[in-house]
Amino acid sequence: MLEFVTFSLLNSLVYGMLLFLLSSGLTLIFSMMGVLNFAHASFYMIGAYVAYQVSTWVGFWPALLIAPGIVGIIGALVERYGLRKVHQYGQLAELLFTFGLAFIIEELVIMIWGRVGVDYKIPSSLEFTLFDLFDTSFPAYKAFMLVISVSIFLVLYYVLVRTRVGLIIQAALSHPEMVGALGHDVPKMFMLVFGGGSALAGVAGVIGGNALITEPAMAAQLGTIVFVVIVVGGMGSLTGALVASLLISFLQTFAIGFDYSLYDLVNAMDTWPFLSEAAGPWNDLLHVKVAQTGPVLPYLLLVLVLVVRPKGLMGVRET
Amino acid sequence: MSSSIQNPGPSKIPCYGIWCVFALTIMLLPFFFTSRFSISLFSQIGISCVFALSYNMLLGQGGMLSFGHAVFMGLGGFIAVHALNLISENTLPVPLELLPLIGGLGGAFFGSIFGYLCCRREGTPFALITLGIVELFASGALMFPSFFGGEEGVSGNRMIKNTLTGFDFGSEIEVYFLIGSWTFLCVLCMYLQTQTPLGRLANAVRDNPIRASFIGYNPSHVRFLQFVLSGFFAGTAGGLFIIRYEIIAYDALGLVPSGNVLFMTYIGGVGHFMGPILGAILISILQLVLIHYTEAWQLYFGLLFMAMVLWAPGGLSWLLIVHQPVWKAGLMSKLLPSYLQALATGLIFFLGLIIFIEINYHLSLSIEPGAPLELFGLVMDGHSVVPWSTAISCLILGLWLFRHSVKMVAAQWDAVMVIITKKTLER
Amino acid sequence: MPALTLNNLHKNFGKARVIHGLNLTVEKGERHAIIGPNGAGKSTLFNLISGLYPVSTGDITMNGRTISNLDSHLIHRLGLSRSFQVTNIFMGMSVFENIRCALLWPAGLGYSFWHLCGRLKGVNAKAEAIIETINMMERRDVLADVLSYSEQRTLELGVTIASNPDIILLDEPTAGMSHSETEQAVALIRKVTEGKTLLIVEHDMSVVFDLADRISVLVYGNIIATDSPEKIRNNPAVQAAYLGSSIKTTTC
Repeated sequence: MLEFVTFSLLNSLVYGMLLFLLSSGLTLIFSMMGVLNFAHASFYMIGAYVAYQVSTWVGFWPALLIAPGIVGIIGALVERYGLRKVHQYGQLAELLFTFGLAFIIEELVIMIWGRVGVDYKIPSSLEFTLFDLFDTSFPAYKAFMLVISVSIFLVLYYVLVRTRVGLIIQAALSHPEMVGALGHDVPKMFMLVFGGGSALAGVAGVIGGNALITEPAMAAQLGTIVFVVIVVGGMGSLTGALVASLLISFLQTFAIGFDYSLYDLVNAMDTWPFLSEAAGPWNDLLHVKVAQTGPVLPYLLLVLVLVVRPKGLMGVRET
Repeated sequence: MSSSIQNPGPSKIPCYGIWCVFALTIMLLPFFFTSRFSISLFSQIGISCVFALSYNMLLGQGGMLSFGHAVFMGLGGFIAVHALNLISENTLPVPLELLPLIGGLGGAFFGSIFGYLCCRREGTPFALITLGIVELFASGALMFPSFFGGEEGVSGNRMIKNTLTGFDFGSEIEVYFLIGSWTFLCVLCMYLQTQTPLGRLANAVRDNPIRASFIGYNPSHVRFLQFVLSGFFAGTAGGLFIIRYEIIAYDALGLVPSGNVLFMTYIGGVGHFMGPILGAILISILQLVLIHYTEAWQLYFGLLFMAMVLWAPGGLSWLLIVHQPVWKAGLMSKLLPSYLQALATGLIFFLGLIIFIEINYHLSLSIEPGAPLELFGLVMDGHSVVPWSTAISCLILGLWLFRHSVKMVAAQWDAVMVIITKKTLER
Repeated sequence: MPALTLNNLHKNFGKARVIHGLNLTVEKGERHAIIGPNGAGKSTLFNLISGLYPVSTGDITMNGRTISNLDSHLIHRLGLSRSFQVTNIFMGMSVFENIRCALLWPAGLGYSFWHLCGRLKGVNAKAEAIIETINMMERRDVLADVLSYSEQRTLELGVTIASNPDIILLDEPTAGMSHSETEQAVALIRKVTEGKTLLIVEHDMSVVFDLADRISVLVYGNIIATDSPEKIRNNPAVQAAYLGSSIKTTTC
């Protein structure tokens, strides 16, 4: 049991920090520009694929730097030549634009790299066991992911709190019109933030693509989860995004470990009067194993939070 | 959105002429296009029309962007297929012709449950809740195999004894006429709904929810009722789907079909009642036809959608409507030359794009990437320079020429508008 | 019984106390104006009365009935209608549709989706009559979005009075209008509010002194005086707090 808890904690910490890398960029973009970027996870996917391609040419380490850069530039271009144009048509058009973009990026990835996943491997220099605890080993690459994402979190925190650019961005989070009125070039800042946020997603793709899987469906799989994170954490709150990322990853990781269902529970109690063997939705519900609920839990959380507490855990304003 | 203007017009009772033409078209189509393929295509178009129009009750009329509309069509379908199985076991005394109604009631039932959750919010939060709901169903449906039938879905058999009309619905044409009648009925009802107080108020709430509450209406309540009605028609489309395909599986509830109906409606145009119908016809045809010719159909589909979002946010119906005054003034001939030029140059660009996309798909997806690719009757080798250079030069040349002719179109358009304005002022 | 009574009303936004301990009585059938410097809380006061903001403490009664913290649409149904400082109409609809929408609830149609608007002869005739009253017959089928600014303001007035409310709240109805447009607007307001209770916020002193039977002066969340226009003009406290010497120049 202790083994299960320790490793679940470690794994969910790694996965949670990866989620945070993605959601930090998204929440920055949303709170500054008011655009809910559906294509954010697509930038994560581009990051993974570009890193794969670059690493086949020059190896993993250069790719770690080059791929996020490329993704950032793509993001900035999308903002400059796409999003800025549809901005005049209103929020709905922006939402539709990013929705279509996510769709097209997935198709383009299929066009270039094919429908099946690519063999993006973790670098051999990190392919060893860091430590053994009980009977399970903890791979070094997971520790590496953790180091990268935590250091990015620290850098981001430093930039936002201590630098001039960070101060302007913080101000723009709550009062974008005011920042414009003070004479800052808001469109340029939007481009910067959109590019920067995409680059963060790109980093997540580089370090997450090889640990998880690099395939055309990877964006769709994470896309909505990232939305859940920023809604649950509270729009515009980086700390909220951090907390929600960890929360959701804990939920999912721990749920997978429990192979029990309601049926097992009531069976154990032995006195449940409504227990019947007749097939039907209620019976199905009884037999759903906790492990199966892993994929459903985040969405349940999303709907609950939006209905009950629209501000999210740490948000300052309503969604 | 500036484009989402429901053409108010004089509020007349619908012109009977248009509806007669519509009914006649539905009736006569299978006699002109008699192949099995085209008749099944028409059935599909009918279902898509109902579905897309029901979606526009939310997006166009109510300004509610839903990412989960397929949930209601899907649930309506599942309820209809279970009902169909009950009917064939003789436990449910309902004739087959009324099956879509059962689907519709199912859609309305679930619409009222989820509408209760979403409709207190508007805008982005509304969209997010619908997204949560669709993902909930997409990931949760497999947990309830007794209702959703697991991976393989639930199937039924439409050839049952209990019918009103005496047809046994064994042939494609009988199914078509059943679906066609339901399509006519649903389209008519949805049109009339736009003319009722609730339909007008949905517009009001879309434009200005605060003002709506100061004319005595609760905006959440208007949204909710609109949502339930929309769920009803989506469920009806689900019932029609069951009659047509006799099977439905969990993937009918997912984000893909939900996105699909969004694309259809938006490409057709959300600002006019006709828009979603145009979109449903175009996209259904594209889907069924392109899928035979190319792997890349979804990409073309997405590119079309993006082009609409960027350059024609009012959709196809808007493009048609802005030409109405030009047509009436008899000035189309002034525009046509520049249009033809834009079309020709656009085709050059498009040709380059197609070659580019098709070679790429061929190289990455084909079983034999080395084998030559056949396109428009021409044989190309993906590994040689010729097709690539052709594609790229077509792209560049086409883009340059197209931009040029777009400027011409704009100039001609302005000139025509000046003439029309003068004419109206003279009057 | 007075039309509106505001009793010890408070409204805080976080720590900012925008309205504190406000008392006001608006008699039935009077035209009552509220004046005060920018940021005094005039629009907040309107938003509290009409139910757009929840009240922090205190209560509001309308014809003897407590309406504080009731939803806006319920307050409207009780007979209170308002306009906004920033034009608030249905931009995607024609003038006729705008007015007709405001007539649906009073006609008892509710959320009906089984009546056809085209067949509602009584409602349509009434809408035509109101458009006639506000002199917009020529613009009947024009989209609200393409109307001129003062036409939009006029339409908003039409939407506000369409339901034949007892109490009408107008928030700066002439703001941004030219001199001649203002004169027309004032005449129109006088015409359509005949016999009703009017509460109006206005910056243009000539409009205020022209229209109002009584004036209340709101300064930093509190009413410092309520009186007839003549007495307000000569009230030294009012002059010191708000009007200063400007009153003489603006009303000349």
